[in-house]
Amino acid sequence: MSLLKVQNLVKQFPVHGGVLNRVVKKVNAVNGVSFEIAKGETFGVVGESGCGKSTLGKAVIRLINSTSGSIEYDSKVITNLSHKEMMPYRRRMQIIFQDPYSSLNPRLTINALLKEAIRFHNIIPANQMNDYIQALITKVGLRADSREKFPHEFSGGQRQRIGIARALALKPEFIVADEPVSALDVSIQAQVLNLMMDLREEFGLTILFISHDLKVVQHFCDRIMVMYLGFVVEMLPAEVLHDRASHPYTQALLGANPIDDPDDRHPLTVLQGDVPSPFNLPQGCPFVGRCPIAEDRCKTDRPSLESKGDGHQVACWKVE
Amino acid sequence: MTDTKTTTRQEPILKIRNLTTRFRTDRGIVTAIDDVSFDVYPGETLGIVGESGCGKTVTSKSIMRLLPEHITIIDEKSSMEFEGINLATTSNGQMRKVRGNRIAMIFQEPMTSLNPVFTVGWQIDEALKYHTKLSRSQRRERSIEMLRLVEIPNPEQRINEYPHQLSGGMRQRVMIAMALCCEPDVLIADEPTTALDVTIQAQILDLMNGLKEKLDTAIILITHDLGVVAQVCDRVQVMYAGRVIESASVYDLFHTPRHPYTKALLESIPKAAKTRVKSARLPAIEGIVPSLWELPKGCRFQDRCSIATDHCIELEPDLITDENNRSVRCHTPITVNNAPVRENA
Repeated sequence: MSLLKVQNLVKQFPVHGGVLNRVVKKVNAVNGVSFEIAKGETFGVVGESGCGKSTLGKAVIRLINSTSGSIEYDSKVITNLSHKEMMPYRRRMQIIFQDPYSSLNPRLTINALLKEAIRFHNIIPANQMNDYIQALITKVGLRADSREKFPHEFSGGQRQRIGIARALALKPEFIVADEPVSALDVSIQAQVLNLMMDLREEFGLTILFISHDLKVVQHFCDRIMVMYLGFVVEMLPAEVLHDRASHPYTQALLGANPIDDPDDRHPLTVLQGDVPSPFNLPQGCPFVGRCPIAEDRCKTDRPSLESKGDGHQVACWKVE
Repeated sequence: MTDTKTTTRQEPILKIRNLTTRFRTDRGIVTAIDDVSFDVYPGETLGIVGESGCGKTVTSKSIMRLLPEHITIIDEKSSMEFEGINLATTSNGQMRKVRGNRIAMIFQEPMTSLNPVFTVGWQIDEALKYHTKLSRSQRRERSIEMLRLVEIPNPEQRINEYPHQLSGGMRQRVMIAMALCCEPDVLIADEPTTALDVTIQAQILDLMNGLKEKLDTAIILITHDLGVVAQVCDRVQVMYAGRVIESASVYDLFHTPRHPYTKALLESIPKAAKTRVKSARLPAIEGIVPSLWELPKGCRFQDRCSIATDHCIELEPDLITDENNRSVRCHTPITVNNAPVRENA
């Protein structure tokens, strides 16, 4: 039973310009993305900057409204719910942001920061509030005396723990984690990932995990979706990433990742060119301009996701 | 390739000894890097690794003398010897002749390191104008040639463009072209790929490796990414809270780390491989880096170290170099007796 079902999700951002500030063109951030996340599953979304992964994360929990497509949460279509109707769902879906420096209000103490949402959603009676917050702070591995401090008094890793505590405060089922460890040092990154793994188990969380780091995604997630220019190019179970990844872009990502073993030195896979502008998408395959094995057909026809069995889907003409 | 270099080693081109940099701040004087010594040999890539705040960038900016003079104190016992000049004490005029000419630097942020109001060509030309006697047309030709060298398509056209017209990867290429236009002996690259996507990072690393071979430039690569170090460096030095805690060849460091911090750091990276155990806990290093204001009396890694003893709390260990030219700053370094013997090591 899937908890989240996204179908054909499209998000365009208008670009204003000219003297009258009219919409002059549109950026296609997410182009017809479909996927399902089962209850208790951790679903990883990978791609480079500008591939639409963060936009997707915000769109599925309706922090931004999508242009078209449908989002189904717990068998209910939430795509067009009003602000009020959306409220109960807001509590059930939370987000952890990438930047632990700008995502916490610098004027609120940790206590106030956590209390705000708990009170708004009526999670627990007021007389139990103190104990609840205390337990929460200890749970995410912060010192008990942290609650009266302000965000600037914490290091990056500790702030990310606060972000996690804030997401967990509402007892959610579903969490979008948007690059939660990218801004952290390696040793701190491991701490935060461990914490998230513990909490995932304890609360039975379903997670949409967004990252550009294949190593982290592969370690943390059950299934992986690779995005390029707003399109899904490949989807597969994490454990077969190395063996079965067959889209040339996924392979390039794997090959470009420097391996931390000096004996395993090999020329990194170098793709020619840069990511094309999302203003004018190629008519055919989005990857055609950088693809080492592209043929004429790739320039004119856009491949769709085809199932290759065992939960593996690829959008490429050249993959058998 | 690296090993033949080690045996037939020339004189180091840059000799850093006891480099200590302090900053005057509102709260008093703080020591950002303490007693850092290392050599850089022609044609090699030396990696400096560590987490934020460990002093990697202060080290590189001290060498370049790019730290703001009125708040920086470079200790008088520091010496940075480059071709008979001590960069720590030499005049600003002399330093200007070295900086950008013989020792050049690439910065972390290609977005903010280029001047947005001048064309790319103007910015490359600036260094050539100052450091060479080339005529205007020769300089233009040289600039185009440099852009071609860093594999920018249409250099004749790109040279007249402004930084905002280029992508992040292209801007980093322009930075590299600027740094290399006077054919420096030493190139300091401070997190050159951190702000870039992994496929673009691969392009830049590939480019730097190619250029090193073509121009025989020594590279000091500052990074926190151990994967990058494993792929491109010959020697590595690990820093922690302003101190060098270990230095070794890249093979020795990755196979037999001797300092507990190095070992823990290597273990804490998620392993991308078939060996993946689903959602196994990562061996994290608990705790955080001590603040430079409240450094402990003994070893700076003591409170995060799994094998610290009372001795470590009392006394800070010295950096000891063994006969294999490996250095480690630890009272109880991890022994390497059962290390795999490398034939060409």
